[in-house]
Amino acid sequence: MQPLGFFAILFAAVFTNNILLTNYLGMCSFLGCSRELKTSAGLGAAVVFVTATTSVLNWAVYAYVLAPLGLDYLRFIVFIVVIAAFTQLVEMIIERVSEALYQSLGLFLPLIAVNCAILGASLFLVIRNYTFWHACGYGIGSGVGWALAILAMAGIRQRLQQRARVPRGLEGPGIALVIAGTMALAFMGFNGMVSLN
Amino acid sequence: MAAKSNWALFRENLGSQNPVFVQILGICSTLAVTNVVKNTAVMCLGLIFVTSFSNAAISLLRNRIPPRVRMMAEVLIIACLVIIVDLFLKAFQPDISRQLGPYVGLIITNCIVMGHAEAVALTNPPWRSFVDGLSAGIGYAYVLLAIALVRELLGTGGIAGVPLLGAGWVNWAVMVMAPGGFFVLAVFIWIVKGLLLKPARKAGG
Repeated sequence: MQPLGFFAILFAAVFTNNILLTNYLGMCSFLGCSRELKTSAGLGAAVVFVTATTSVLNWAVYAYVLAPLGLDYLRFIVFIVVIAAFTQLVEMIIERVSEALYQSLGLFLPLIAVNCAILGASLFLVIRNYTFWHACGYGIGSGVGWALAILAMAGIRQRLQQRARVPRGLEGPGIALVIAGTMALAFMGFNGMVSLN
Repeated sequence: MAAKSNWALFRENLGSQNPVFVQILGICSTLAVTNVVKNTAVMCLGLIFVTSFSNAAISLLRNRIPPRVRMMAEVLIIACLVIIVDLFLKAFQPDISRQLGPYVGLIITNCIVMGHAEAVALTNPPWRSFVDGLSAGIGYAYVLLAIALVRELLGTGGIAGVPLLGAGWVNWAVMVMAPGGFFVLAVFIWIVKGLLLKPARKAGG
């Protein structure tokens, strides 16, 4: 297989291998926080930022510390600690620096530490043996892809609340899953443009 | 506090408080691994092991964990157990381990494990927490197995390589791909809620 470039990976992570719609990662907060456009925009921005930075950090930790020392099996613990510590740090910095930014972004950071999309992105990097630039592309792309999906979802759900009559049993999470399925079908239209794995 | 018996807690986690279709927790892995029944079964066993023992361990340490760092402590305990599962799979079931890929590691961030650690293990004695973790795991497992059965049957025309639907069956390929998972879970929730809602409506008058 030809090695993919930075932008190819970025594109693939956003569209063809969207971390939410094809790998189902980050579903909990996707379903829980997608009722309003504003909240999901804040959460989406926070996820883009955290995924991009932590996947690069974790890549570096894995490539320079864990792999040379043969501590491969410790990666779960190390990755989750890096992510948790990083989100905590960013939350503290944002709180000091800007009140407005804290209101829009900071509130979501603790939630994000347990978002599986972020840990998942780091684990995929390792499994697929990415190089540094691939890791950057994949981290940014995954975050952007997730944010795109949650924004689309929030937009659809807001409309749905005003116009549609949903069967009682499907209210809430049920209909959200149907929408997500339809979105996943739509995203399958991008298949074949670039492929990861 | 009027404590529910352990048995009542057990039944609640399987039915009215089921983690997957009532609380909508742990959906990520629910959808990702359910295209093949065998992988699903392995994943479920892993999750049952992790939830029950992490709950027991956290409960044993609950008076010693400082509240400020409790999330961190919980995650570390859970991660240790997940590493055990991962190494075990790599040693004895390398094929399945490869197919499951990152999803074994993602048990760490599975909301079921964290949710039960926070809600139950921090305030209850070890045995009760263990029962809670075990039943939450089983509640998760049977929903997953049901979904996996539907998906694999419709998507490949058989279970575990044994053809069941006959030669005339055209594989419904979308079922084993991403959108199928969303739709099957949505229908599952719809059916279950429909059944649960009826008695509630009657009781309400």
